[in-house]
Amino acid sequence: MKKLLAAFAAATMLALASGAQAQTYPDRPITVVVPFAAGGPTDTVTRLVAEAMSKDLGQQIVVENVGGAGGTLGAARVAKAEPDGYTLLLHHIGMATSATLYRKLPYDTLQAFDYVGLVTDVPMTIVARKDFEPADIKSLLDYVKANKDNVTLANAGIGAASHLCGMMFMSAIQTPLVTVPYKGTGPAMTDLLGGQVDIMCDQTTNTTKQIKAGTIKAYAVTSPKRLDVLPDLPTAEEAGLAGFQVGIWHGIYAPKGTPAEITERLSKSLQLALKDANVAARFAELGTAPSTDAEATPAALKTKLESEIARWKPVIEAAGQFAD
Amino acid sequence: MELLDNLILGFTTASTLWNLLFCLIGVLLGTLIGVLPGIGATATIAMLLPITFQIGDPVSALIMLAGVYYGAQYGGSTTAILINMPGESSSAVTAIDGYQMARSGRAGAALATAAIGSFFAGTVSTFLIALFAIPLTVVALKFGAAEFVSLMVVGLVSSVALAHGSVVKAMGMVVLGLLLGLVGTDVISGAPRFNLGIREYADGLNFVAVAVGVFGIAEMLRNLENEHDRSVLIRKVHGLLPTREDFRRMAAPILRGTALGSVLGILPGAGAILGSFASYTVEKRLSNHPEEFGKGAIEGVAGPESANNAGAQTSFIPMLTLGIPTNPVMALMAGAMIIQGIVPGPNVATEQPSLFWGIIASMWIGNLLLIVLNLPLIGLWVKLLTVPYYILFPIIMAFCSIGVYSVNSNVYDLYVVAFFGIFGYALMKMRCEPAPLLLGFVLGPLLEENLRRAMILSKGDPMTFITRPISATLLVLAAAVLVIVFLPAVKKKRAEVFVEESA
Repeated sequence: MKKLLAAFAAATMLALASGAQAQTYPDRPITVVVPFAAGGPTDTVTRLVAEAMSKDLGQQIVVENVGGAGGTLGAARVAKAEPDGYTLLLHHIGMATSATLYRKLPYDTLQAFDYVGLVTDVPMTIVARKDFEPADIKSLLDYVKANKDNVTLANAGIGAASHLCGMMFMSAIQTPLVTVPYKGTGPAMTDLLGGQVDIMCDQTTNTTKQIKAGTIKAYAVTSPKRLDVLPDLPTAEEAGLAGFQVGIWHGIYAPKGTPAEITERLSKSLQLALKDANVAARFAELGTAPSTDAEATPAALKTKLESEIARWKPVIEAAGQFAD
Repeated sequence: MELLDNLILGFTTASTLWNLLFCLIGVLLGTLIGVLPGIGATATIAMLLPITFQIGDPVSALIMLAGVYYGAQYGGSTTAILINMPGESSSAVTAIDGYQMARSGRAGAALATAAIGSFFAGTVSTFLIALFAIPLTVVALKFGAAEFVSLMVVGLVSSVALAHGSVVKAMGMVVLGLLLGLVGTDVISGAPRFNLGIREYADGLNFVAVAVGVFGIAEMLRNLENEHDRSVLIRKVHGLLPTREDFRRMAAPILRGTALGSVLGILPGAGAILGSFASYTVEKRLSNHPEEFGKGAIEGVAGPESANNAGAQTSFIPMLTLGIPTNPVMALMAGAMIIQGIVPGPNVATEQPSLFWGIIASMWIGNLLLIVLNLPLIGLWVKLLTVPYYILFPIIMAFCSIGVYSVNSNVYDLYVVAFFGIFGYALMKMRCEPAPLLLGFVLGPLLEENLRRAMILSKGDPMTFITRPISATLLVLAAAVLVIVFLPAVKKKRAEVFVEESA
């Protein structure tokens, strides 16, 4: 219903307003497209930030879930949208990896968007079933290398955070493992809890609670620093996996051609939203932190996207796994 | 009595005026939106998710969303019965006999049966959750890929019983459903399959779109064929409430449906739909008059509806005890919990006892409210059938389209509705039934995915299906079902059934 109303409102407004004036922006509700199903981690991040941003912008922000094809359907929708600042996209690292994972995309990832800013960078954790033998990350690496044909590595499907992190892990230790794909994080985590698979690398949003409850074993976190919520967990770099840093970074994009005043306005609003007490508290519970003012800018997001595309391209190509 | 203390805590939390109000709002909104054709629980909760921001207390917010869930589930059964339009996979089974009851003027009795069955199942499964949530979780975790494969085999073997026409055609429909289920990206390799190069079908065909097409749209097309048939829908509506005889016939199916649904609901993925299909199969097998199935047998409504509701409740178990959502609705609930500052996980029961037990208690209260609300509403819903078709059909079409579109905002889902509407009409003309097709459609991808995963995990050794005890037991069960199907005596009985189905 809400979407219908929003669509109706958008259509009416489009007919009425011929010249969009940045000084009165925003004068009607803004739609943020989430390229994943409602209820998932990206959707939750978006709803929290959108709620806070709408307070500053003085307009309702409607979250629209356009899931499918690893987030590329939603991105394509926004790439084709009117560049007036009323249709935005909140996408994660998949924005960069899909540029390589999908050989036929209906948009050019680097040309089709303008940038608002980074939102958060969710760390990943290397976890295992709770009775998995190795005691710490160092012995895990030895064990995995010695038993590579018997260690099973779960992931939540092609292009998922756990898939990317798993690829990076295997590339870092130069050892291919038995990869077991699932349709989503839920079933993968269920099998990890049930001891059906051995290890997985997944976002703190999914693993923190389980680690704290002792239902799974954690070996390392992939962020540059240890996490406040899991202070005993070493970083992968501490364990000698140099350069093994994987984060599920999220950014807000606008269709190419959106006036700079509008993206700047949105970026300011994003920076404010990220300081909102509710947003900060929820992010902390999920084991992640809001981006800084310097990161929540168009330039920082552009740089991040470009460097991440370049970083993942060889990893994905070496693994030879594509989604089309 | 720790359990008693917990239940008291739950009921005191859930029965504060404030929480009762949210529970009422939830079930009311759920019923109202769920009763719109094609809009099921997932779409309803997704639409209402933003409202939870405005509710300060997480317990109230979750109680409301849970209310929306079973309210919508209930509303979905209403449209399945009245206009053959299931809004969820699990109510597809209710549509088979429920709609036939409605066509023969017994819509009121069918709706009342659904309500009573749901209430009973809801009550029992609420207490099951309270008593056994944690031990049941342990069982659910024992279900690995191999066990799922064997369970799917049981489901597919039993599905033949769904047919009330030719077994060959039913098998054909199951296989066709399995194949349709393969459309989309291959989970293991990432290769796109059978999507005609259309990226919008990369994640497969949308279940609601297919179900609305083959059941609802096809039925509308059939109704438009000629004046005579069209009036069938609105003719004689007699007896809003079930008769004494109806009550006698629905009692055992409700009990069995509740048991089946509770058990299967805990399993991730296809729990709810397997429960209602399994219940239908069992009832048809045990019935003294299997020939009535498919033509308006009250057992065919009572059993599956109870199973459906019991499964809906027990599907909360993995979410509450493990923090793992097992279906899209639970994923939405988990999202709502995070928004409210509660990260779902294994410790919710100990860290947030009032939330945990409050939600469980509110399930029962919600079911009570639903039956109180809905029994009087039956008359109103039935009256809907007297709306002239030239007003009713376009409205149904409009809501179907909105409902299907709202899930993924994907216009290609609407093309699926249109295609499967025409396809379903053609199937009807060929006397092929849509229910086995839908079962195959849901189970196909799960069977394939788990089969391949089981083989990866066992390093290509098929013995894994026999050496794992749960899996082996299920395979024996499947073999037993096969034997029963092919036993001469049963075969004869089946033959009689098919002869009668000639009208």
